[in-house]
Amino acid sequence: MIAWTIYITFGGAVLLLLLPRTFARWSALLTTIAGLVLGLIALVRTPIADLAHFTTIVRAPWVPELGMNYHLAIDGVSLTMVLVTGISAVSTVLFSWDVEDRQNEFFFWLLLVVAGCYGVFLSADLFLFFAFYELVIVPKYFLIAVFGSTNKEYGAMKLTLYSFFGGIFVFIGVLIAYVTAGSLDLNQLSQFQFSPQLQSWAFPVLFLGFAVLAGIWPLHTWAPTGHVAAPTAGSMLLAGIVMKLGSYAGLRVAMNLFPQGFQMWSKWIAFLAVVGIVYAAAVALRQRDLKFVIGYSSVSHMGFVLLGLAASTALSVSGAILQMFSHGVIAALLFAVAGRMIYPRTHTRELDALAGMNLSRALPFAAFTFVIAAAASMGIPGFSGFAAEITILIGVWKTYPLAVWITGAGMVLVAAFTLRALKQSFFGEAEAGVHLQEGRVALDPDWIEQQSITAAEKCGACLLMFATLAVGLYPKLLLDRIMPAVEAMRFLK
Amino acid sequence: MSYLELLKLASPEIVIVITALVVLAIGLVTGHAKSSATISTAKPAHTVSHTSTTTGICSVVAALGLAIAIGAILVLPQSTTLFGGMLVITPLTRLFKIICIALAFFTVLLITLQKPPRHPGEYLALILFATVGLMLLVGSEELLMIFIGLELLGLSLYVMTAFDKTDVRSAEAGLKYLLFGSTSSAFTLFGISLIYGMSGTTGLAAISEKLATASVQPLLAVGIVMTLTGFAFKIAAAPFHLWAPDAYQGAPVPSAAFIASGSKVASFVVLGKIVLVGFAPMHGSADWHAMTAGWSPVLAALAALSILIGNMVALAQSNVRRLLAYSAVAHGGYTLIGLVAGGRDGFSAALFYTTTYAITLVGAFGVVGLVRRETDGDDLSNFSGLWSRSPLMAGCMAIFMLSLAGIPPLAGFFGKFYLFSVALRASPNHGLLWLVALALLGSFISLYYYLMVLKFVFVDKRAEASVDRSSLFSHHGLAKVTISLLAAAVLLLGVMPDILAGQILAAVP
Repeated sequence: MIAWTIYITFGGAVLLLLLPRTFARWSALLTTIAGLVLGLIALVRTPIADLAHFTTIVRAPWVPELGMNYHLAIDGVSLTMVLVTGISAVSTVLFSWDVEDRQNEFFFWLLLVVAGCYGVFLSADLFLFFAFYELVIVPKYFLIAVFGSTNKEYGAMKLTLYSFFGGIFVFIGVLIAYVTAGSLDLNQLSQFQFSPQLQSWAFPVLFLGFAVLAGIWPLHTWAPTGHVAAPTAGSMLLAGIVMKLGSYAGLRVAMNLFPQGFQMWSKWIAFLAVVGIVYAAAVALRQRDLKFVIGYSSVSHMGFVLLGLAASTALSVSGAILQMFSHGVIAALLFAVAGRMIYPRTHTRELDALAGMNLSRALPFAAFTFVIAAAASMGIPGFSGFAAEITILIGVWKTYPLAVWITGAGMVLVAAFTLRALKQSFFGEAEAGVHLQEGRVALDPDWIEQQSITAAEKCGACLLMFATLAVGLYPKLLLDRIMPAVEAMRFLK
Repeated sequence: MSYLELLKLASPEIVIVITALVVLAIGLVTGHAKSSATISTAKPAHTVSHTSTTTGICSVVAALGLAIAIGAILVLPQSTTLFGGMLVITPLTRLFKIICIALAFFTVLLITLQKPPRHPGEYLALILFATVGLMLLVGSEELLMIFIGLELLGLSLYVMTAFDKTDVRSAEAGLKYLLFGSTSSAFTLFGISLIYGMSGTTGLAAISEKLATASVQPLLAVGIVMTLTGFAFKIAAAPFHLWAPDAYQGAPVPSAAFIASGSKVASFVVLGKIVLVGFAPMHGSADWHAMTAGWSPVLAALAALSILIGNMVALAQSNVRRLLAYSAVAHGGYTLIGLVAGGRDGFSAALFYTTTYAITLVGAFGVVGLVRRETDGDDLSNFSGLWSRSPLMAGCMAIFMLSLAGIPPLAGFFGKFYLFSVALRASPNHGLLWLVALALLGSFISLYYYLMVLKFVFVDKRAEASVDRSSLFSHHGLAKVTISLLAAAVLLLGVMPDILAGQILAAVP
């Protein structure tokens, strides 16, 4: 039944092209809610034992001559990713409630991204997987280039070309695996013994391709510019789920298919991941634009995911998957506050300007949300960020103790830039000349578009906050399902 | 073999020739009335509507004839050989005759897009004659017959290119195409004559038998290279591509669409048959670590050059038709990879790719024609804001461009995957990986310029919103339906590639 997440979302996207404008957002909302509900049903109904290995849901011949099947499967890892996709998608639609220009088209591209992500997370056939993976690239371009802001065409093209450039390497890696093993079935491929010589070069090619999307240092530069250029919904989707495509694919395909290659290169991945965590956090500390701060924080948090994967212990990899979930929710929340709650009401994202507004008085709900998001992002116990990062660090300790020390120092930087952003954006000193009252902020007294936080925004924010708190307080809910699936993978040390 | 049977087996070609003659006759009869109408200059509007009625009648007749020819092919037996391979009917030739006729059919439907040509009868008759040329090319396994087919096709295309007498670019394109084309014919003929001299036969299968015992001698090498050069002109592979940009840009839109689609598909079918059947013993190897003499390193070099030059130069184009021309060079390069890989799989991958490419390009030229009709130009800037003027056409253009770039779930994506996987499998140790990597790099570059086209279509807003959308876009109902059908086909072939790939695989011997 979980396969219907893909069909419903694609169907909803196509329907949007036909529906009149008035129904666009409701139709998009219903579609994404249906996806989330299906994910939740699967979470509740699927026995945990079934999630320990990649269980087939649908399998039908597609191009039999070439061994291509329409093959979907699910395990604990996929289920977690499907859930975070559903949560991000619903909140994204809620936070795009007042998109007015070319509404149908906007939600069409948005649903295509979501559907492609569901497809990637559920595919058990390498070709199908790759098709969904590449499918996500182009809608992002249109979302950003048409609906974005700040240097949008540059940001959109940069992001698209980076993704597609990574796609070349993925293409080569996929072809090599397919041609050598003569199969496209991920379960069969993960049993196939590729020669060590092949693995030693095929693994880095494939992993590098995926890592571009995951924002690995030094190929991360698309992420901050892309996030800033994108409309809020775009940033939420990009940071929330699209970056996870890269890390999920690295785990599911690159590491699972070429375990020996992975062992050869894992210390380099760990090195790049640690550099990414510290470097991005340090850069974020110096940014003036709130969205850039969050953009770099995404790169930093994705570094944790890569570090967890590189350490290749059951605990660290499970932590990495939990971190994908957690960061998906937190990044969406942070971008929602910066792009949707603050920007339309102040028309600036400059931290210096925001500092003069003391927004916490004018937008108390936004301030509350941002405090929660910042706490989760810093890894305060009780939020999902803490649960994920502590799991990763404990797991990594056995393999790379030095990395844990450096990362620990990096986490101080994370806390520093998050607190700086929090203080400057919401708790600055109010200056003269800024007009403040409940729900209204403006530098210009004649500003008429101000409004309080809308109900849609409140619902979206509550959904995300609930998700981060729920997983933070009871990480077992997901870890119970992730751990057995990870333990079944063959690359573990 | 009685003549009656010959007539029966050649009935599809005959139907099309007769249709062409009928169309010519209609054009003559009504054209006469037209010339008397032009004398009375007082009613120019009447003249225009008159030629467009003639165009209408002629295209309906032509379309009918093409449809009947497809029916005839379906009724005829599955396989026969006439005159030692002069004319053959195999599942493969049947399939590709149908594809070529279908491409011609769509081209005919697009004619309404153009401002009515001055002699619609002649124009349509030329398309039909060119189609017969395609069918002869596809349906023969004998070098002389192939050459006749090439010439019939070529001569019709030269005239079709230069058909717009009022446009100086069209004349330039026609002349350039004629000069390059006839030179290439000379090359082909010279190569064929050398090969005939070496093997004493012109049948492809017989040539293959003779060559099996021969070693690679200089004379044979010259013969093979000359033949390949001639075909490289036809498929516009670099460095023999220089005619393509001018022809694509200057020719009337349907002619350009036909050159880019039908002519290309048939040329690839024939080239594939010649190298894979006729020159089979001279395959050689294009593997990175072990290149050996033969035709495959030659084709590999052509492919690599085409991919690099085509994509690089396309980056700098500001005219959509020139852009499509340079991208056609690159796509020719990708398709050649299938032939370099060789074998049944390589051939069918190349055929799948070139067929989906042809469908895409007919559609893309349809959109270009529509935009040209509406804004009097086909530069990138003429496309700005197309989405607001005609969302449907903008969507179709997106499908065509993204399929060319190889984005799923469109036909181009599966085509590329199929082509590259076959190339990697063809030789041990992934010997063709260098070519595949180069092609992937090329498709990375190409995404940029295809996205630039779409940027103009979707992102940019047209400066003057004064264009009257109701009057300009409502006229071309037929063309819009055709374009939408082609876009649907591109999407369908991407989602369910098995419909075509299965057919081709079953048909390739």
